[in-house]
Order: sequence, then C-alpha cells, then structure tokens
Amino acid sequence: MASVAVERPSRFGIAWRPLLQRAGLTVAVFGGLWAFWEAFKWVGETTGLKLGQFTVNDRTLPHLHDIIGQLFEPSRRNGPLLIEVLWDAALFTAKEAAVGFFLGASIGFALAVILAHSRLLQRGFLPYIVASQTVPILAIAPMVVIWLGGRGLPDWLSVSVIAAYLTFFPVTINTLRGLESADPRALELMRSYAANRWRILWKLRVPASLPFLFAALKVSATACIVGAIIGELPASIQSGLGGAILNFNQYYASSPPSLWATNLVAAALGITFFLAVVLAEKLVVRRAPENVA
Amino acid sequence: MSVVSLKDVHKEFGKGGVIALQGIELEIGEREFVSLIGPSGCGKSTLLRIVGDLIQPTSGKVVVNGKSARQAREDRDYGIVFQDAVLFDWRTVAKNISLPLEMLGWDRRRRGERVKELLRLVELDGFESHHPWQLSGGMQQRVSIARALSFSPPLLLMDEPFGALDEMTRERLNIELLRIWDALGSTIVFVTHSISEAVFLSTRVVVMSPRPGQITGVVDIDLPQPRTAETREQPRFFELVADVRHRLRGLGDELDETELIVAEEGL
Repeated sequence: MASVAVERPSRFGIAWRPLLQRAGLTVAVFGGLWAFWEAFKWVGETTGLKLGQFTVNDRTLPHLHDIIGQLFEPSRRNGPLLIEVLWDAALFTAKEAAVGFFLGASIGFALAVILAHSRLLQRGFLPYIVASQTVPILAIAPMVVIWLGGRGLPDWLSVSVIAAYLTFFPVTINTLRGLESADPRALELMRSYAANRWRILWKLRVPASLPFLFAALKVSATACIVGAIIGELPASIQSGLGGAILNFNQYYASSPPSLWATNLVAAALGITFFLAVVLAEKLVVRRAPENVA
Repeated sequence: MSVVSLKDVHKEFGKGGVIALQGIELEIGEREFVSLIGPSGCGKSTLLRIVGDLIQPTSGKVVVNGKSARQAREDRDYGIVFQDAVLFDWRTVAKNISLPLEMLGWDRRRRGERVKELLRLVELDGFESHHPWQLSGGMQQRVSIARALSFSPPLLLMDEPFGALDEMTRERLNIELLRIWDALGSTIVFVTHSISEAVFLSTRVVVMSPRPGQITGVVDIDLPQPRTAETREQPRFFELVADVRHRLRGLGDELDETELIVAEEGL
C-alpha cells in the first residue's frame, strides 16, 4: 500500500475546470464524428463509391441532421412527434432492462458467493455457466417467452428474464474473482478474531470484490439493454424500442431516418444505464486510488 | 502461570518436506516482552502463527492462557500485528480500529468511546475519519496496533511490525510500544530480524537458527525499565547486542571487542 498522504477533493465538491474540459472534449468528439460521417457521405456520393452492394446515398446513409430532425417530425400523419413515441418506448424498454439488470446482478452475485465457498462447486458448475453464454440469445428468447407466458405474469417480465440472462454472467465471473482477491493476511486477521464465514464474507470479501463487481456491472448495464430489445421480438411486445425498431425497419424504404433515430435513442438509453452504474460506483466504492478498477 | 507454553513443537510443510520448526520448547510468562530473532527461514513467523492458531503444528503441545491455541483464538485472547498494516482501505481509521469490536458485538456508542481512547493511546487524535491511504506507513502501523489492542487482549503477537519502516520512525515506535506495553500490562511476543530492536524492547530474546528452525539460545535482557532513547547508548546495551549477535552466528558467549562497535547497526 502506498504510504503517500493524498489530499482528495470532498465527495460532493465540484471542480469546475475539469468538468468544462470534459464537456469541451465531448463536444469536440461529437463534432469530429459528425464531420467524418458527412465527409464520408459526401465523398461516397460524389465519387459513386461502391463497397460490394453498398452504395452511399440518402437511403443507406442519411444526413445526421436529417436523423435528428426526424425526431421532431410527427411519427405518422396527425400523430405525436417521433421523439415522444421513442421516449415512451425507451421508458418501457428501460423498465424491462432495469428489472432484468437487478435480477441478473442479484443472481450473478449470489452465484459468485456460492462458488467462492466451494472449489468443488466451482469446478462442477463454472463450465456450464460459461456454456450458457455460448447459446445465442435468439435461441433462448422464444423458449423463455413460452415458459413464462400464460402464467398470469406480465408479458414484459419474460423480456426482463432474457435481459437478466445476459446480465448475470459478467457479474458472476468478476465477482468470483473479486471475492478471491482479499489479502491473505487480512483473512488471517479475520481468523484471529474467530470470525465465521458469514462475517468474513460481508466484512472482508464483499468489500474487496466491489471494484470487480462494478467493472462487471458496467458491462452488464449495456448488455441488459441489448437483451431487452432483442427479447421484445419473440415476445411480440410492441411498446418498447425493439417493437419500434421492427416497425421502422418495415418502413425503412419510405423513411430511413426513423430507424436511425430509434438506434440513436437506444444508444442514449445504454449510455444512461452505464452512467448510472458509474455514479453508483462513485457513491459506494471507497478504495485507495490504486485499487479502483 | 505461563501465557504461552510450547512443548516439543514440530512443524513440517508438506509430507516429508521442509522442516520449519524442530523441538521448540518455550515458556512465556505474564507481562513478558519476548522477541524471536533469527535469519529468514528460521521459522520465527511460523512459530508466531502456531501460537495464534493460524497454522497447526505437526506435533507438540501448544498452550495459550492455559487452554489450547484454538480455544484461545476463539476466546480472542490475542491481538496480532503484521509487517504491513493490513488495513481495510474501504474503512476509515476509526472503523478499522473498531473492526474487532464489531465482531464482539459492541454497540456503536461503546465502540466510538473505545476508538477515541485508542487514538489517544497511539497519538492519532484527529485522524479518525481519514482513510488508510491518506496516512504515512508509520501512522498506518499505529492504526494496526490500535486495532490489535482494541479489545484489550492479554497477549499481543507482532510479526516484524516495524520491518517496513525507516530507522527514525522505527525507533520512535519502539519507544511508543514500550509505553503502551507498560500502560496495558499485556504480554508481547515480537518477531524481528533487527538485533538492536530485539534487545531494546525485550525482557528476553529468543535466538533461532534455520534449517531446521530451532531455538539456539535465550538471552535475558537485564536493562533497567523504563527504557528510553539513552538506553541505546549504555555499555550494557552494546554487550547484550553483541551477545545476541554471537549466538546468531553460533559463536557462543565469547565477546570480541571489534564486534561491539558495529553491533549497534543491527543485523
């Protein structure tokens, strides 16, 4: 452990300079991507660039400003604006994904705790846990819908289960590693206090595993959104982003920017989940700077 | 009654493997300060862990506070301090010190009061809400000592607690440790590889040799109490340092004048 006295800013103290620098960087990166997109489109259209079957035109690659502009157009004749439709769809998918995230994270964590206490179980079960992730989600999703359908549960719950299926795996693998990362002398110390397994788990192993857990939750935060969107398709749920993607896919010929705009909203939802995990980590994990993942 | 009693203790790592300890016989009485000294590989840390029931001897009898080592551990009869402070970096200084008290089921108010006393004892008042990584190595080790003392165990086991610190900090903490030992009246078993540290602190120094680890001699330290910075400058201090040094080299009791001069520097 480094023995350097470090002054840290207070937990909620705001340092404006770095914040402004980061905002500036975000704007610059966004502007750069926009410029690249438009430059690629312009070069492609003026030179008639062909990449196999792919030609660049307004249908295959709409203007970014058209995509964003589409958000503020009516979604259908006399209907609400597209952004309102997508906002509702995003909230619906967010609910499915959030339930899936908590379900998956809890199961993943519990599995890690069980496996951390038994080498035998670890040898026996870990291969199957790994194998579970090699089965494509598209093959699992319809089965989950069939199993859970018609049991009086809301339809969207099977979507959450599919999202949980993608969430639990990184959590199990990383938490297991984290639980085993406790300093051996710290374990001796706990033994000298005659601490039982339960105490050692909650006072030492779990706190030691938190940086690993949060690294996993960041991966899961985006994976659960993907799981929820894909899960909506076999569940025939129309109210979420998956339904919207399917819908706008059908009308792609007449309005390409609508599908692009939907993808943009899905990406924004993923980023929101990710940032929520980052915020939770900042509030929960109090570790030496060199121990934060 | 002995606080620690070891009878013919053997420790072998692996079947037919390295013999870490052989035929260890040692009695440590109440209020004694006993140092175990020897080169690396002599099994001094292993012996300390056997007393603490953190590892089991292959054979022999270990009695701590009149009971088996295991029972003594379960009764929380000892506190332990390692070479590194081994603080939980997600806990503040105060919460690190009160960790054993949480295990004992003390309520928050009682814990808070005890932590205040201990912070005063190790001279860290005002640092209770710091995190370990905000402290120097010497301060971290003082927190670790406060944690070991928090539940007032009759026995303190220390495994090279000042080995990673610089000479100045080490000498200051030596004096502080003696003050604490005097104030609390506990028994201390102290592992070190510094001769001058062992002589300065102890009432008895147990000299060990490696391969196989065994006790080759015990030196009674008859320096007057309380010991101060001046103790290190007394002729008797140098004689005792030389005595321990000779035993470490297997030279017996003869003294050599030239060795006396360099003896002060430690091993």
